[in-house]
Amino acid sequence: MATITAPPLSPSTTRKRPSLGRASWVTYVVAFALVGVCIGPVIYIIIGGFRTNSEITKDPSGFPSTWQVVNYSEVLQSSIFWRQVSNSVICGVFTTIGVVVLGVAASFVLARYNFWGRNAMYALFAAGLMFPMTVAITPLYILIRGLGLTDNLAGIILPQIAFALPTTIIILVPFLRAIPKELEEAAAIDGASRLGFFFRMVIPLSVPGVVTVGILAFIASWNSYMLPLFILNNEGSYTLPLGVQAFAAQYSVDTARVLAFTSLSMIPALVFFSLFERRIIGGLSGAVKG
Amino acid sequence: MSDNSGEGKLAVTSSPEGLSAAGDGARKASSPARRAGRTGWGQRLEIALLAGPAMVMFITFVMLPVLLAAYYGFFKWKGFGPPTNFVGLQNYLTIFKDSTFHDALMHNAVIVVLSLLLQGPAAVLLALLLNQKMRGRSVVRVLIFVPYVVSEVIVGTGWSLMLQTNGAINDLLIKAGLPSWTVDWLSDPKIAIWSLMLIITWKYIGFAVILFLAGLQGIPQELFEAAAIDGASYWQTQRRITLPLLGPTIRIWAFLSMIGSLQLFDLVYIIWGQYVAATAGTSTMATYMVVNGRNAANYGFGNAVAVVLFVISLILALTYQRFVLNRDTEGALTEGKK
Repeated sequence: MATITAPPLSPSTTRKRPSLGRASWVTYVVAFALVGVCIGPVIYIIIGGFRTNSEITKDPSGFPSTWQVVNYSEVLQSSIFWRQVSNSVICGVFTTIGVVVLGVAASFVLARYNFWGRNAMYALFAAGLMFPMTVAITPLYILIRGLGLTDNLAGIILPQIAFALPTTIIILVPFLRAIPKELEEAAAIDGASRLGFFFRMVIPLSVPGVVTVGILAFIASWNSYMLPLFILNNEGSYTLPLGVQAFAAQYSVDTARVLAFTSLSMIPALVFFSLFERRIIGGLSGAVKG
Repeated sequence: MSDNSGEGKLAVTSSPEGLSAAGDGARKASSPARRAGRTGWGQRLEIALLAGPAMVMFITFVMLPVLLAAYYGFFKWKGFGPPTNFVGLQNYLTIFKDSTFHDALMHNAVIVVLSLLLQGPAAVLLALLLNQKMRGRSVVRVLIFVPYVVSEVIVGTGWSLMLQTNGAINDLLIKAGLPSWTVDWLSDPKIAIWSLMLIITWKYIGFAVILFLAGLQGIPQELFEAAAIDGASYWQTQRRITLPLLGPTIRIWAFLSMIGSLQLFDLVYIIWGQYVAATAGTSTMATYMVVNGRNAANYGFGNAVAVVLFVISLILALTYQRFVLNRDTEGALTEGKK
């Protein structure tokens, strides 16, 4: 993980592109095929929701003869779906807030304070990258149960914040270090304390890095499956991924409705992604540089 | 970081003006002392205040569970009350003797190797192709990233519908005049692991391509110009310049891919469920852990499996970092700076 560095403060430096060969028709064919393969299954799921079950059974790969809206409208009218959406939103929003607040504060200390044990603290967080949730999931469940947080969204949010901290800190520390020292000196001359500097200068300046980190945390939370599977047993507290699975199991013969439910549950993630796509891909480009 | 010494000096000389200029006297008076190298109490308080919450969260929900797993792994324990039935290494002996665990371990190994061999070269080639001036470049980038953004549950549900015996894939094969190609994609033990690899590749290749495209953008343009002047062909340039300089990115990707493959759980558990994965030949160490630990209410055992999984990941990661990644700090990186 040694070569992960922060995105530079000025976005213009990452936009410079090496002189590229002009694309031939081969490139277009390959690109078109790749895009087709990548979004084909997604489109299949969406279109499948507009078909009837008998159509799907008779002709699984065909187009709908008449476009049925009823599957979608039924899902949209069900209160279960909306409860799961709101559970997922709550988890995502609070996880993101927690990750950003705790991550920025800790990264600031690691980037800008000189104290005994700082390297150890950084190493501890960096070591967290080696502890995927899979390994910790069983004791984590017992711990959450001990805290009385099973079937409670807080039982999802707290571990998610903790597990997102290593990546957050590793992305943000170099970012906060890159804030010019002159700014801090100028702030000191003007009489700002370290904390004043933190709130008035660091937070506004680190917004681009924070946004990237926040998006990563939100998408991870939105798609999270294993943790909710362990912590949430009551259908009322299900988040969307669990909801999709439960729905697919319950209505396994009603394929069209399952496809409609599945399509609708991926819309928020896709909308979110298309809104922030530049920042996600740009963040990746900045975060992993050779 | 040596920022404190220099900044300390400056603060000492400049703070009197700051003091007289602003009103808040008491707080500023302490600041020169606080900044002069040694950690003062005020600064300690700030550190505790800012980093404390993150440390507490991290230790409670990440470090503690991992340590607890190591502890619980020594007990035969149903997960209720404090662990009492100490069995020493017996859980570990059971794991190492269990042929279903051997199978799961084997599947993980296959997934690690195939992910590297299938995704790596394909993603490098695609990135080289897409790293050209073409219309709709950004649209292509966004669309190939879509599978990565869609959740594992949706991927699993969608693909299992398409891959079932009377699903869309077999139907398409029949329509294409290839009825003999239709197979039981999900239940035939010889085929299921390849279906899993297909889904994994589909889901994660966009991520690899985007990563490599980012790496390609970091290569200094002068190198390509120099190569062109020296009369290097397109493929010579790719082989001698692009690939070596893309090395660090590829090695990081390979690292992430290996760790991810070892931890693989969601897709297998969603598509094959807890009963079928072992017979279909797609079980992984993580699904083995959940099925034989949590679902069997045998928490001590599940924790022992977690420890085995952790140790295997750690050994692989440390070996990889020692022998592969640390080259980046000397070789590839400094070469790139020349």
